Amino acid sequence: MRFSRVLRTGALVAAVGLTLAACGQPNSEEDANKSLVQRAEDNGALTVGIKIDQPGLGLKKPDGSYEGFDVDVAKYVAKELGVEEGDIEFTETPSAQRENMIQNGDVDMIVASYSITPERDEAVDFAGPYFLAHQDLLVRKGDNSIQSAEDLNKNKKLCSVRGSTSAQNVKNDFAPNAQLQEYGGYSECLTGLENKAIDAMTTDDTILAGYAAQQPGKFQLAGAELSNENYGIGLREGDSEGKQALDEAIQKMIDSGEWKKAAEKHFGPAGYEVPEAPTVGEVVE
Amino acid sequence: MFDFLTEYDVLGAFWVTVQLTVYSAIGSLIWGTILAGMRVSPVPIMRAFGTAYVNIVRNIPLTLVIIAMSLGLYQTLNIALGGGTITTTNFRLAVLGFVLYTSTFVCESLRSGINTVPVGQAEAARALGLNFGQVLRMIVLPQAFRSVIGPLTSVLIALTKNTTVASTIGVAEASLLMSEMTENESDVIGLVFMVFAMGFVILTLPAGLLLGRLAKKAAVKR
Repeated sequence: MRFSRVLRTGALVAAVGLTLAACGQPNSEEDANKSLVQRAEDNGALTVGIKIDQPGLGLKKPDGSYEGFDVDVAKYVAKELGVEEGDIEFTETPSAQRENMIQNGDVDMIVASYSITPERDEAVDFAGPYFLAHQDLLVRKGDNSIQSAEDLNKNKKLCSVRGSTSAQNVKNDFAPNAQLQEYGGYSECLTGLENKAIDAMTTDDTILAGYAAQQPGKFQLAGAELSNENYGIGLREGDSEGKQALDEAIQKMIDSGEWKKAAEKHFGPAGYEVPEAPTVGEVVE
Repeated sequence: MFDFLTEYDVLGAFWVTVQLTVYSAIGSLIWGTILAGMRVSPVPIMRAFGTAYVNIVRNIPLTLVIIAMSLGLYQTLNIALGGGTITTTNFRLAVLGFVLYTSTFVCESLRSGINTVPVGQAEAARALGLNFGQVLRMIVLPQAFRSVIGPLTSVLIALTKNTTVASTIGVAEASLLMSEMTENESDVIGLVFMVFAMGFVILTLPAGLLLGRLAKKAAVKR
């Protein structure tokens, strides 16, 4: 039997495609059902989801390494699970894909300014919280016209990232009369703030502190605690063994003083007062 | 299953998408036709401008064009296009960006349409004493338009989907609502995605079918 060239090429493409698709499965079925603790023990390695574009929390440096508070927490808890720093594989987890990436087994856990909310709790499990952040406002240094959410209603121009919880909070609750500019990223907001096209930028104070620390002397935090964001470590739904191990690791990090050291290192330069460590297992509404 | 939708103004968001599409489509059609006229005109400097504009603008990523409208025109140069609030300003900036970008594709479709008109038509018109503007307006363009309804439909469909880029400067259209919903409704993320995919299909499919039929009817049989 003779096949035409087209048919043969087609068959080859299909075969390669199928092979690649098969390789695309990150973990075997059996592996995915194991708890986080078991996987760390068996493989001696962990894949951790982080943010790579939030100074202070998780930032990819030009040399390919990562730094930030989230990264330090991830390294600490991984070590408690018996995984050395060099065996951690960091992966970027964009906000919209976090639940999916856990469910698919693309990452073992996520430490990425991941606020615990009831909806998310339906899809994944959370260990922690390991930090209690608040939505806050970042203004130009010396601008004291904005101190609280009410000040924003005086026709102030506010900036946040499109679709984010912070942006929605402003629109629906704090300052419905403020003019909200939404951008794809915080750096555009920061440009606007510098250009005076925008009066304030809003999101979690941890992220704002990270940006302020990048350009010292230009911006300041207003100190308005607009909401409570409980950062938790996300892991696969139903992995109670893994959750317990992570909770213990976080508690140990807090008790040993490593927690405070890391927080002061990353948030301190912006004049941000590091709060008390949260109580593990207690989500502040 | 779809009860989470009641909390959101999905129709309102898609209405903004439709408005963006319609205004941008009208603007692109006008500016694109002018550009096509320039590219076939006998004046070298106009031809050069048309060619340069099309080749530069269509090769810039649309996201960049739209962000340049906001960061460059509005924030730095303070050009608000007469919009009083951030919302109207952003809407107009986005429409301007889409017009600048999409018109290059309209221009190129139209130019291919002009090439389908036999040279004899223009020559005969010139022989009758019509000048370049008259030849283009009365003889060539009407025939060219009739043959490019199909390609222009593709441009329109692409434009409809491209309007999602407007969310990068905060225009409250469908994809901005989608990012809000993916943030809040992480437990039903698949459904959210489906709703918006369906919404765009509902917008583009009938437009494609309708204009496809029109294209068949209008085409010049040669």
